[in-house]
Amino acid sequence: MAFELPNLPYAHDALEPHIDARTMEIHHGKHHAGYTSKLNAAIEGTSMEGQSIEDICKNVGDNAAVRNNGGGYYNHCLFWEVMSPNGGGTPSGDLGDAINATFGSFDGFKDAFAKAAATRFGSGWAWLCVKDGGLEVCSTANQDNPLMSGVGCEGHPIL
Amino acid sequence: RSLFCKHTHTHTQKHTLMSQSIGKALRAAAHVRSSKLPEELIKFSTAHLSSAPSGGMHSLPDLPYDYDALEPVISAETMTLHHSKHHNTYVVNLNAALEKLDAAVSAGDISGIIALKGALNFNGGGHVNHTLFWENLVSKDNAADAAINEKDGGALGVAIVDSFGSIDNMKAELLPATIAVQGSGWGWLGYNPKTGKIETKTCPNQDPLAATTGLVPLMGIDVWEHAYYVDYRNVRPNYVNAIWDIINWKVVEERLVQAQK
Repeated sequence: MAFELPNLPYAHDALEPHIDARTMEIHHGKHHAGYTSKLNAAIEGTSMEGQSIEDICKNVGDNAAVRNNGGGYYNHCLFWEVMSPNGGGTPSGDLGDAINATFGSFDGFKDAFAKAAATRFGSGWAWLCVKDGGLEVCSTANQDNPLMSGVGCEGHPIL
Repeated sequence: RSLFCKHTHTHTQKHTLMSQSIGKALRAAAHVRSSKLPEELIKFSTAHLSSAPSGGMHSLPDLPYDYDALEPVISAETMTLHHSKHHNTYVVNLNAALEKLDAAVSAGDISGIIALKGALNFNGGGHVNHTLFWENLVSKDNAADAAINEKDGGALGVAIVDSFGSIDNMKAELLPATIAVQGSGWGWLGYNPKTGKIETKTCPNQDPLAATTGLVPLMGIDVWEHAYYVDYRNVRPNYVNAIWDIINWKVVEERLVQAQK
């Protein structure tokens, strides 16, 4: 059962003016699509075929094709979902409480996240993760993600 | 259009124009700090140039051609962004890291010195890599003058045949590896001083070839997305194959000859 490129949860132009339609078309339709097809090619005929993407990431070793494309597939799936044309504002409820508890305030979280993003050399991702019942901000290189071990960033990513 | 026409650029560093006009001799003299230089001159130069053993302030080099010289392979828009924004940022951030290094060295703060290694590697590498890159590119109009072939007996042709068998073999090894760099990085031809041969190598991010691998950089291809995205979008292979036609092989040969000395 091959992985499929998920549809965007909104139209290509839905995130304008923050991200334009052409960027979304290429980022989703070329880059994410490329990770999807290359991931499928890399796991075909192996024991990873049929595993969930989370398990593939958790058990990723030094197979570069699986690491790069499996990570790329998972990361972008999460990315499209955490954005919305109706997004913005500040979180409330459990998430708001957890952010305040960990970072002092939403602005404190924003600063920490921005710093994690700005200090990543080269390509990569900044993350907000749930770890040991709390929250943590970190960054990873290239298409690594916090599900993978030894990337200096652990936990379950939520942003 | 003159081959030697240089494109001016704006500096974001306040003193960089001054330090460019000061010149290498004075920069070296700033380290001497002997009684041979007048006091005012020493104060002036060291105000502009770091007096730390790590060297003076660095500046963005001029391109050896106009911003549009590499079209249609690389657009003027890309060259402008790449040189005046990206490369300039490496220069600015390198200088900032060197100032912090000065302070840490002066304070004997070993932890502080070590903490700078990432910033020095990244920004120092970025400055070195891009300086080499601009020099090993040439406009299509002048590419014929900058070409080499296997049979002309020149140092580079001989070394290529010795190391790879042929230019085509070298290309077949270098370009796929460069295209396959994951994330950001560079493809390189490097001279191995131990074996006397040329090798292909890729490095991630801005890791500089010499410091990272011991190879002497002869020719680099930047495959960070900022190098090609405006012109080629996600299709890195098209960019890498196209840039092969505007490599300044005479510059590459000069570097090899220097390295072989």
